Amino acid sequence: MADLFTDFLGIKSPNPFWLASAPPTDKKINVLRAFEAGWGGVVWKTLGSQVKNVSSRYSAVDYHGSRVMGFNNIELISDRPLDINLKEIEECVKLFPDRAMVVSLMADNNRKAWHELIKKVEDRGAHGFELNFGCPHGMTERGLGAAVGQDPEITGMIVEWVMEAATIPVITKLTPNVHSVVPAGRAAVKAGTNALSLINTIQSVTGIDLDTLVPNPYVDGKSVFGGYCGPAVKPIALKMLTTIAQDPVTSRVPISGIGGVTTWKDAAEFMLLGSTSVQVCTAAMKHGFRIIEDLCEGLSNWMDEKGYRKTTDFIGKSVEKITHWEDLDINYHHVANINQDKCIHCGLCYIACEDTSHQSINLQYGKPYNTYTIKEEECVGCNLCKLICPVDNCITMVEQRVAPEYINWKEWQKQGLPLNDH
Amino acid sequence: MISNNRLTELEYQANFADIHPPFETRDAAAVEANRCLFCYDAPCIKSCPTSINIPKFIKQITTDNIKGSAHTIFVSNIMGAGCSKVCPVEKLCEGSCVYNLMHEEPINIAKLQRYSTEAAMANNWQLFSRKESNGKKVAIIGAGPAGLSCAHVLSREGTDVTIYEKEALGGGLMTYGIAAYKVTPEFCKAEVDYITSIGGIDIKYNQALGKDVSLKQLTEQYDAVYIAIGVGEARQLDIPGEDLAGVEDAISYIYHLRTSDYKEMPVGDRVAVIGLGMTAIDAATQAKRLGAKDVTIVYRRTYDEKPCTDVELDIAKLDGCQVEWLAAPKEIIGENGKVKQLVCSRMKLGEPDASGRKSPVDTGETFTLDVDMVIKAAGQMPFSELVNTEGLKNNYGKISVENKTVTNINKVFAGGDCVNGGKEVVDAVQAGKDGAAEILKFLGV
Ligand SMILES: Cc1cc2nc3c(=O)[nH]c(=O)nc-3n(C[C@H](O)[C@H](O)[C@H](O)COP(=O)(O)OP(=O)(O)OC[C@H]3O[C@@H](n4cnc5c(N)ncnc54)[C@H](O)[C@@H]3O)c2cc1C
Ligand SMILES: Cc1cc2nc3c(=O)[nH]c(=O)nc-3n(C[C@H](O)[C@H](O)[C@H](O)COP(=O)(O)O)c2cc1C
Repeated sequence: MADLFTDFLGIKSPNPFWLASAPPTDKKINVLRAFEAGWGGVVWKTLGSQVKNVSSRYSAVDYHGSRVMGFNNIELISDRPLDINLKEIEECVKLFPDRAMVVSLMADNNRKAWHELIKKVEDRGAHGFELNFGCPHGMTERGLGAAVGQDPEITGMIVEWVMEAATIPVITKLTPNVHSVVPAGRAAVKAGTNALSLINTIQSVTGIDLDTLVPNPYVDGKSVFGGYCGPAVKPIALKMLTTIAQDPVTSRVPISGIGGVTTWKDAAEFMLLGSTSVQVCTAAMKHGFRIIEDLCEGLSNWMDEKGYRKTTDFIGKSVEKITHWEDLDINYHHVANINQDKCIHCGLCYIACEDTSHQSINLQYGKPYNTYTIKEEECVGCNLCKLICPVDNCITMVEQRVAPEYINWKEWQKQGLPLNDH
Repeated sequence: MISNNRLTELEYQANFADIHPPFETRDAAAVEANRCLFCYDAPCIKSCPTSINIPKFIKQITTDNIKGSAHTIFVSNIMGAGCSKVCPVEKLCEGSCVYNLMHEEPINIAKLQRYSTEAAMANNWQLFSRKESNGKKVAIIGAGPAGLSCAHVLSREGTDVTIYEKEALGGGLMTYGIAAYKVTPEFCKAEVDYITSIGGIDIKYNQALGKDVSLKQLTEQYDAVYIAIGVGEARQLDIPGEDLAGVEDAISYIYHLRTSDYKEMPVGDRVAVIGLGMTAIDAATQAKRLGAKDVTIVYRRTYDEKPCTDVELDIAKLDGCQVEWLAAPKEIIGENGKVKQLVCSRMKLGEPDASGRKSPVDTGETFTLDVDMVIKAAGQMPFSELVNTEGLKNNYGKISVENKTVTNINKVFAGGDCVNGGKEVVDAVQAGKDGAAEILKFLGV
């Protein structure tokens, strides 16, 4: 059986699944329930100076009958008194010494404040810190959170202050509300951070109530930009993660991957792109802590099937598979094939291709069932039909190389090869 | 013994409650609607005689555009509400849903259609407006599905319509023939009112063609006439004993059921129903639900040739009705003028007949069922005498038409059961649309 044990800079956890810094980790009662359920670790809800929250706080995007494809919040950092948080952190560490306890921090923007906060927390048995430079709302207006994370210079400066005081590992959590996460990531690494985590939430407006015309979440007739997370943000998180995993500077430190992790498959993908641990928030907020069971079992079964004994056997394996467009092989070509035995004649492939792609599917009228076939000579192999087909493996893409040898765009141009396929 | 008042009021209510209950909530409808794949050139549309754009109306439920959804339905089928309750969807739209090919439950199209149309009727959404008057007047005979559908299209286009209906209520067999557990009288009335609420449709009740008005008069008074009188007469068995007390024809029996209190409906202890079409199923099921102890359906052929659908047969079987396969009625034996026994010939299957189904052949053997009531549901006959008297070219009473709807008499059009010999409501609705289109063409508007 595969071993899910995770060692993140010496922060040990029985599995790579940590709960992200958020309401699931904001007090002892939650964290103990999470540990009992089997979570490998937690990043305690961000601590800092005392704040006050509003009501309401969350909103979501539903898609095609599925609730909370994307989740949005306008909550601040922990609104509980620091002393209570610290006492509870200590108790949790004592009760579950084998789990990772990372504490998220966001102090006011001066060296003294950071040093004081670190001092207070360090004595309580936590295994690491996570610096919250990512919160996109509420804190930015105070010059904190994303306001820090968006500016590499300030990021570097604060990380330096932190590293002066911290004696346990420091993870810097990056905001996605930037054109590229790499500059802030580099600044943090150069300033000495031991690790990076990403992503925090993405600024968003999730929707508008079409009766009242007020966007959500609703606070007495008004709303604000919130922080977006959940399944909808996963592809964006994976892209940002890849840029950090590929950059020569930022790839030097371990990464904790965050953003839309819902299933073990999502987790495997984050790990394949370089995450040593993964953090989960929305999925737990939607389903409760019990999802940890399938996260562990699914990942472990997959590892067994693939022959990976420990997570480090596959962490980062897909990083090099994401390349530059101009290095792709232009001679690679595949075309769609419809398995007529599986086809249910829904016509979805046809109309998508006909209206919006390359008119490569033939419709032979039938009552009530039409027959659909691929016009191979027209098919550019775009995948659209296969993506849309509701039947698993009904449409497959069949390789039909144009020529055996590899040739990329740069070479193609150099050799003056013809451009127009049509 | 034949008697009424066999059950308590509550039992009657339960037995005749809606057989296909609606979605209780918006969420329930949305879950089902979201299963729909939104097929292109969808098989369900092609399998609907009125070609309702089913994927579109279902999609509109998912987007909370219920008004749009109802409009999508009604624009193709103005009886979309009634059809959602009475259509044999298992052989139409739902029967061809692509989920069947995945061996998954098809989309519950009827129930979703009911969801949108019921909302439209409950809120009295006016989804259509009339074009400016074109000054033309059309008479329609019969306020059944074909007549109402034709009337609605004509009215939308600005034509004034007068419907002559021999009964006191509209809806045709919807009101007087279809099983009581599918539609209530209140619903049928509400549906007729909803359809006519567009305006420009005047229904004159208790006016029968051939009695109160003649085709000649109507063609003189109107620019065109549409005949939609349905089929009315029950086919006789032509066997001894058919005149005994306790022998009923299904159409009149159901007509009484639909127009009286359940407790006033007499039913036998042991009932035989002849035939296995929809009408036979309805008669058998309703006899059982009125409190008959045993109901046996007597059918000449086998399961494979049966005209009703599996779903219909299941309703009867679940109600406890028996089926006597390969049996044809030979004689009804009476005592003191009342039914006592039904003698049946045992049949076997022979060569295929004109319908392509294997024909029943008498084996010479007979057997006897002890029954006190016999309900005949061996098919319906067109109004042969009436159409002949009015000079309409016909084929054994079925009005002959060209271009789906044009009769041999100038200005006179026809459609629905009176032309097709008896199909479903949805076919009659489509016939009404075809008739209206042809009439508009004829009127040059
Ligand atoms: C027992 C039974 C059960 C059925 N169950 C179903 C079912 O579950 N689902 C389904 O889809 N279909 C069912 N059908 C079939 C369906 O009811 C018909 O196909 C449909 O009603 C035909 O519509 P129509 O307008 O052509 O005729 P009808 O509905 O018969 O309407 C004809 C109208 O014309 C009137 N009329 C007749 N003669 C005259 C006259 N001389 N002058 C003036 N008015 C006249 C009648 O009173 C009636 O209102 C059933 C039929 C029967 C008999
Ligand atoms: C209600 C809520 C509150 C959050 N609070 C914090 C916080 O205090 N500190 C922090 O670093 N991230 C916070 N986050 C962000 C999460 O830690 C995480 O980065 C983000 O939700 C993406 O992960 P997910 O897609 O699994 O939810 C919060 C998220 C939510 C939904």
